[in-house]
Amino acid sequence: MLNPNLKLNPSALSDSVEQIPIRKGFGEGLAKAGETENDVVALCADLTESTQMHFFKEKFPERFVEIGVAEQNLVTVASGTAAMGKRPFVSSYAMFSPGRNWEQIRTTITYNDRPVVIVGSHAGVSVGPDGGTHQAIEDIALMRVLPNMVVVSPCDAIEAKKATLALAGAPDWKDKPAYLRLAREKTGIMTTEETPFEIGKAQIFWQPDGLAHVGIVATGALVRNAMLAAQDLEKKGIRVKVLNMTTIKPLDTEALIALAKETKRIVTVEEHQIVGGLGGAVAECLAANFPVPIEFIGVHDRYGQSGTPDELIKHYGMDRESIKLAILKIMDRK
Amino acid sequence: MLTDKQIIDLETKANKIRMSIIEMLVEAGSGHTAGPLGMADIFTLLFFHTLKHDPKRPDWPERDRLVLSNGHICPVYYATMAHAGYMPVSELLTLRKFGTRLQGHPHREYMPWLETSSGPLGAGLSQAVGMALADRLDNGVGTEKTIYALLSDGEHDEGNTWEAILLAGKEKLRNLIAVVDRNNIQIDGFTENVMPLGDLGAKYATFGWHVQEIDGHNFEAIDAAINKAKAVYEKPSVIIARTIPGKGVKEFERDFHWHGKPPSKEEASMALKELRTLGGRIKSEHQ
Repeated sequence: MLNPNLKLNPSALSDSVEQIPIRKGFGEGLAKAGETENDVVALCADLTESTQMHFFKEKFPERFVEIGVAEQNLVTVASGTAAMGKRPFVSSYAMFSPGRNWEQIRTTITYNDRPVVIVGSHAGVSVGPDGGTHQAIEDIALMRVLPNMVVVSPCDAIEAKKATLALAGAPDWKDKPAYLRLAREKTGIMTTEETPFEIGKAQIFWQPDGLAHVGIVATGALVRNAMLAAQDLEKKGIRVKVLNMTTIKPLDTEALIALAKETKRIVTVEEHQIVGGLGGAVAECLAANFPVPIEFIGVHDRYGQSGTPDELIKHYGMDRESIKLAILKIMDRK
Repeated sequence: MLTDKQIIDLETKANKIRMSIIEMLVEAGSGHTAGPLGMADIFTLLFFHTLKHDPKRPDWPERDRLVLSNGHICPVYYATMAHAGYMPVSELLTLRKFGTRLQGHPHREYMPWLETSSGPLGAGLSQAVGMALADRLDNGVGTEKTIYALLSDGEHDEGNTWEAILLAGKEKLRNLIAVVDRNNIQIDGFTENVMPLGDLGAKYATFGWHVQEIDGHNFEAIDAAINKAKAVYEKPSVIIARTIPGKGVKEFERDFHWHGKPPSKEEASMALKELRTLGGRIKSEHQ
């Protein structure tokens, strides 16, 4: 059942759940942050509406800079504004930023420890018809490997709004470089305005009565598929707990190790290559602290292609049924 | 306008900085020789005449900003800052050694008063553009600060540099002055053979910049160009400074092989003698 302590959306798993793109939550959050956080500025590489930065641009035109299709310039100019005390948010598609400009991010932002937020929209294969060139499934790995970088991957639009506000103004986070990962497609709303949120804290979204057999660690839009799979298997007597790992770096190791100790079996779920992403982060932590068998849901060393989001999520084995199969498989592993 | 005395003082200072550069490099056993010697005059003028800065208060908010894009010439940056009072001159001999603040390429984590870390080419001008944009946002077009970007001619091979040139032109950043070290060499040879830049000034001009080309070893010319650049109201300014790589030591001058290697002990001793005597013009009883 839904964790009753988190005031989650009661219709989260209903077919008629309200659907909003995760990126829209970012757009609204940034415009709101602009009201109270005077040092927030926004820079975009010719994708202002696509990345939903236009809400901020319309409200604070003097604090917005159109960089043009120049992602290397996007992040290096942002580093310069951060050096002068600004909290810049820079947006593009994840494939271009941080995809194209990784070294500039490393040298001028994280190596320099400048507080720039890189917002990568249209992450994952669910970008759909645009095809593999536009489907970033390596971005978590690229950002997670950088010292000083915070990596946040919200599960729905409401959480994206809270994450944006926290990155803009929370005392512990507003002075750090960060990567905020967003998806293009409409996503079922799982949380509510009242759901507590903190960067660095994972939350159990789905829990059984009694101890769980399997623990799922999921991030981004796929948290909902993980919960749907857990709900299905509950009817078959398999008790599953779902941990929403919004912050991939720093990883909430306390919550993760507690889940592994309870379930002794972990399934990771992410719309990303299984190498270097959430699955990698979970495996690194558990191998060092509490080794248990892990199944990895994600893209297995391939590129995306054109198709509808649903077709692609199914084809690459990240749909509700594939997650159920992974849970059943790990039940048999010792 | 610089007085004759100011010019003599600057020349003397630049000569000391060049000697420090040789001493640092021979002690380090690695590093770049040609670029630092070539830029010694410009660094000297900036730190001892032009820049609004306070070595005792490096984080003074009202200071001008200086972004060094081509981080590999950092020996001249470190040496000039040491002579200006940011750190003891003796510390220069720790260049590139374990635990030093003087990293092989500048790193803010080790030397917090640097405006940025640099090494990988092509990213410095963009950061200066970002600083100029933020400064204008806070202080308006009449800002009293100047943001300086020092970059090499070779790094105009990088697309990122041109992205920054485009944006600065679009934004008409009058508080930005780029100084290009036009020494015509890069690692693989002469710039015009590796990747011809042609009339670099004309290229900047078509991107909306105010352009000046000067002799980068003539203090009066450098000073006049900076003053003129500051007086340009509606555009960013670039000063293309023709410099001689290895300047000050005849044996190193204009030879691209000196781009990325340090002098040996013997070469350093020869170079120091040459600098001490200003190329033989000064005869000392101690020679």
